[in-house]
Amino acid sequence: MSGLNHELVTQQFPEVEWEEKNQCFVVPPEKAKEVLTWLKDHPDFRLDYLSCVSGVDYLESEVKTKEKNEEGKMEVTVTQVPAKMEVVYHFFSMEKKMGPMVIKQRSMERDNPVVQSLTPIYRGAELMEREVFDLFGVQFTNHPDLRRILMWENFEHYPMRKDYVTPNDYDYEPTPHDEVIERAEERRSQLRGDTV
Amino acid sequence: MSVAEAMPARSYNLSKDELGADILEVAMGPHHPSTHGVFRMDLKLDGETVVDLKPIFGYLHRNHEKLAEDIPYLGSMPFTDRLDYLCGMTNNWAFALSAEQLIEIEVPERAEYIRVICAELTRLVNHCLLVGFFINDLGALGTPLLYALREREKILDLFETLSGARMMVNYMRFGGVRCDLPDGWLQECERIVDQFPAFLDEYETLLNENEIVITRSQNVGVLTPEEATNFSITGPMLRASGVNYDIRKVDKYGIYDRFDFKVPIGAHGDCYDRFMLRMLEMRESVKILKQAMADIPEGPIMGNEPRVFKPDPQETYGRIESPKGELGFYLIADGTTNPYRYKVRPPSFVNLTALRHMCIGQKVADAVIILGSIDIVLGEVDR
Repeated sequence: MSGLNHELVTQQFPEVEWEEKNQCFVVPPEKAKEVLTWLKDHPDFRLDYLSCVSGVDYLESEVKTKEKNEEGKMEVTVTQVPAKMEVVYHFFSMEKKMGPMVIKQRSMERDNPVVQSLTPIYRGAELMEREVFDLFGVQFTNHPDLRRILMWENFEHYPMRKDYVTPNDYDYEPTPHDEVIERAEERRSQLRGDTV
Repeated sequence: MSVAEAMPARSYNLSKDELGADILEVAMGPHHPSTHGVFRMDLKLDGETVVDLKPIFGYLHRNHEKLAEDIPYLGSMPFTDRLDYLCGMTNNWAFALSAEQLIEIEVPERAEYIRVICAELTRLVNHCLLVGFFINDLGALGTPLLYALREREKILDLFETLSGARMMVNYMRFGGVRCDLPDGWLQECERIVDQFPAFLDEYETLLNENEIVITRSQNVGVLTPEEATNFSITGPMLRASGVNYDIRKVDKYGIYDRFDFKVPIGAHGDCYDRFMLRMLEMRESVKILKQAMADIPEGPIMGNEPRVFKPDPQETYGRIESPKGELGFYLIADGTTNPYRYKVRPPSFVNLTALRHMCIGQKVADAVIILGSIDIVLGEVDR
């Protein structure tokens, strides 16, 4: 968001982080509603329009950075990045005709992420948050109607997660036999997470 | 003031005890002719009045976003045609626009003009169909719809000569368009666009003052400007509620700042306004088309597209004004040839959020036209 005075937000709410790289705010889930209510009414921002809600899943990973050490040799440092789940909100201001302002709620507990629902403030978030719940398994507290939306009701997995194993045709074979049984068993163990 | 205080959620006072009547549950769809695809509304009715409504969808779900994460960026281009399968061109453009933000590619002049021409033709196609089906939902079965389909067919023929397909165009590329206009295409396009206002005149004399259209659609499914903004409504539906917000004017993406056109605004936010707004928008589109066809320069149609599309790690959100509203793509690049995250912000999916709010307290027959006035395409809603 061009010309954005991000210090205004971080002064008001010291818990909110400004991420320079992605030009976004990272808001702790318990504060999300409070921060957004403030941003919505503040005359400099007037974020009246929530455009897009997306979930993003990050697995645990290693980042390698190369740097020259004192002797002039390349040294590789490996840093562990913990797994996390993010819910990204894109806001615009229809009144001031500006945007996007990107606000992220981040949960470090990737297996069972819980964030604050913004539906009580922006009712347009209702279906989009349900979609994130459906595909990523993010729990939204205070959401009025958190159910599956695109997948069917008794579907077990969360298909947009990075570690989701996509099903193949063997799963639906009505009369499995010989080779098909083997492949289906292989896949089942994959789903259970057995190490071969 | 909280939203709940400012705009209390609509509810209907059940008068079951007074009337001695029961609430009737009706599952409308997924195979109902007026739900525009496989869409279901679970209605609770008190007599003929809608007490509660639950939209149920996902029958066409194929997890478009997951598919796109496993293939290179450009590989998703043909899939975007299948999102909103009536408006392939604008879907292509939205995706190309977002991807072009990841890698700095300059789109040549001629390609920009071709994009505008295609997008506005798509707007004509979409609004033609919407208006036709809207009248169909009102009960005028067939005839008005076929008038609209007749006009649409001419434009689809143009798309076919241009890209080889009527609807699944797969026409735009990162940095331009796939192929140049064939010989004589512009003349043919000009001929069709010149004829178009005559069709609009004819259609308007038939429908605008029509008493049945007016009584059925005025003051039905009203959304106030505050509600429309809060529900994240975009596109013609938002403007029918009286909010002046058109992304072509706000973001000025492509070369839209060069054209002289107006943004029609509604006053009441009811179904009639939404219908009328689309008629007016078609006239504005014709204006843009005429200007673009007069100004289109000669030149290349592709920018310097890199051989391998491999953007640096970054995030981007690109959006355009598709005929249905704001169509956005949120892309996260991780330095490989595939996107790490690929998210579509589908306009008709988000516009559906307000369906329940608009229908409560209305008659069940009005629920049909309220749904029709939202303009949904299930390929996009379910993805």
